[in-house]
Amino acid sequence: MYGSASTHDIPASATTGLENEDPILLAEFEARIARGEKIEPRDWMPALYRKQLIRMIEQHAHSEIIGSLPEGTWITRAPGFRRKMAQMAKVQDEVGHAQLLYSAAETLGKTREQMLSDLINGKSKYSNVFNYPAFTWADSNVISWLIDAGAIVNQMANAKGSYGPYCRALERICAEESFHLKYGHDAVVHLATGTPIQRRMIQEALNRWWPPIMTFFGPSDKMSVHTEILMRWKVKMASNDHCRQQFLDMYVPKIWELGLTVPDAKLRKNEDGVWEFTEPDWEDFKRVINGDGPCNAERLAVRRAAEENGAWVRRALLSPKAKYVKPLA
Amino acid sequence: MNTDALKDLLYRLADDQLILGHRNSEWNGLGPILEEDIAFSSMAQDKLGHSLQLYTLLHQLGEAEPDTVAFTRNAPQFHCAQLVELPIGEYDFSLIRHFLYDHAEILRFEALSHSSYEPLAQVARKLKGELKYHTLHANTWIKQLGSSTEEAIERLQNSLNYTLPYALGLFEKTAAEDDVISEGIFVGEDEIRARWQENITKLLSQTALNLPDLTTLTPVYGGRFGEHTEYLQPLLDEMAEVFRVDPTAEW
Repeated sequence: MYGSASTHDIPASATTGLENEDPILLAEFEARIARGEKIEPRDWMPALYRKQLIRMIEQHAHSEIIGSLPEGTWITRAPGFRRKMAQMAKVQDEVGHAQLLYSAAETLGKTREQMLSDLINGKSKYSNVFNYPAFTWADSNVISWLIDAGAIVNQMANAKGSYGPYCRALERICAEESFHLKYGHDAVVHLATGTPIQRRMIQEALNRWWPPIMTFFGPSDKMSVHTEILMRWKVKMASNDHCRQQFLDMYVPKIWELGLTVPDAKLRKNEDGVWEFTEPDWEDFKRVINGDGPCNAERLAVRRAAEENGAWVRRALLSPKAKYVKPLA
Repeated sequence: MNTDALKDLLYRLADDQLILGHRNSEWNGLGPILEEDIAFSSMAQDKLGHSLQLYTLLHQLGEAEPDTVAFTRNAPQFHCAQLVELPIGEYDFSLIRHFLYDHAEILRFEALSHSSYEPLAQVARKLKGELKYHTLHANTWIKQLGSSTEEAIERLQNSLNYTLPYALGLFEKTAAEDDVISEGIFVGEDEIRARWQENITKLLSQTALNLPDLTTLTPVYGGRFGEHTEYLQPLLDEMAEVFRVDPTAEW
């Protein structure tokens, strides 16, 4: 799961260092990207490209492990065998995505340990949407369906980007996310067509999650600084507003189809096919992203505890005394 | 065939798998490395699936639906050993529990694959293939960490000492014991315990860990008769939290 909600674009003025790059190599690099070629780990790349990709892939990886927490809470509470096993498998996939993504980021020169340490210290961000709580089972289902749906919109675009290892990871991730989408949709359908209590649960969960969902793709294009260079380098593949429109177009009709109400009186599709909606509260979004959301402290505390409690295991694995044990099947 | 004895055995097997599966799933987001979050989740999914198959056999013998059996009983109606209900604690405890438990479980299902009750034998033949990977995982980690830093060795040794009496509780006999043996349904607890001891002794001898003299330990019994630790009922309450909102609803 991932959104660009935490990816602050680099300012347009941040071409720092580009003047120090070899102009011939730079021109060749840009020509390769323009031809649709993928850039591989050992290929030459400008420092700015490397830095921006590390930041982006790292944030994506963090979003996967932090994102596994709100849904993870419901693994032990999932109603019935079928849901319990599916919820486990779904959340496990997300952790697996983190593993893939940390590996992709490592090809650019930053270790997983450094990335996790930056996460805990608040130096690097994760998708803002996971700073909100999953109060009920229905909230977890809304995440599985609509947050994963948003992630697919975002990731399908990024899978066409220029960095080979990231694109390949995204392709695998999207294939799994599409199962999550089906799982989430199935669970939501059961609630929306179920008993009065279930219908109330799912409507309330949708009401709670709609505002975060609307910020999932990041600030409006009007507000975010346009970064022509990231588009040219195929690091950023689609604008925030473009992704948001695509999401609304695909999922609002499906939500309505279930008899659910989207809690935005202004939401409607124009005659020219553009969705109108109440502008999200971007001030609140900024406040949450900067650490003051309902769950920021809790999410990082869980991650920090996991890192601290598991430190002895990692020390032991690195011990020169340790005999490497090959798991022979 | 003595159906009551068979059901007693199936409940013990199924409840152990369900409760440990549930516990293993609690490692989500908390593992010492991501790969262990993933591994514990895989084992949890397997164990949940195993318990479902065993509850399905019970359903075929006239017991309630698997969801009802798993999600609506209270602690005194559970037949699991106390070992599986203990909280996950730190990784050293969960790893040692996993090692001790799965070595017993794989022997159980190997034996059950020759059960005179063919539906159980069929299920056991399938499950033992999966359990092979659980013991493989446990052995790899025990050998690796059990020969590494003093810190790791001390932690594992303490957890081993703490956990062994509970692990011996896995072999607690019930009134069904003689019947399941005489009818060829199962080889019985003594036989499994003897082979288990042999296997874990062999494995631990390849590490810096010491296996205490098991004859000096007092097994923690009671689980097979519905006597449980203070940890089981809260686990069950959590597991059934949503299901109990409306047990007749489709979730």
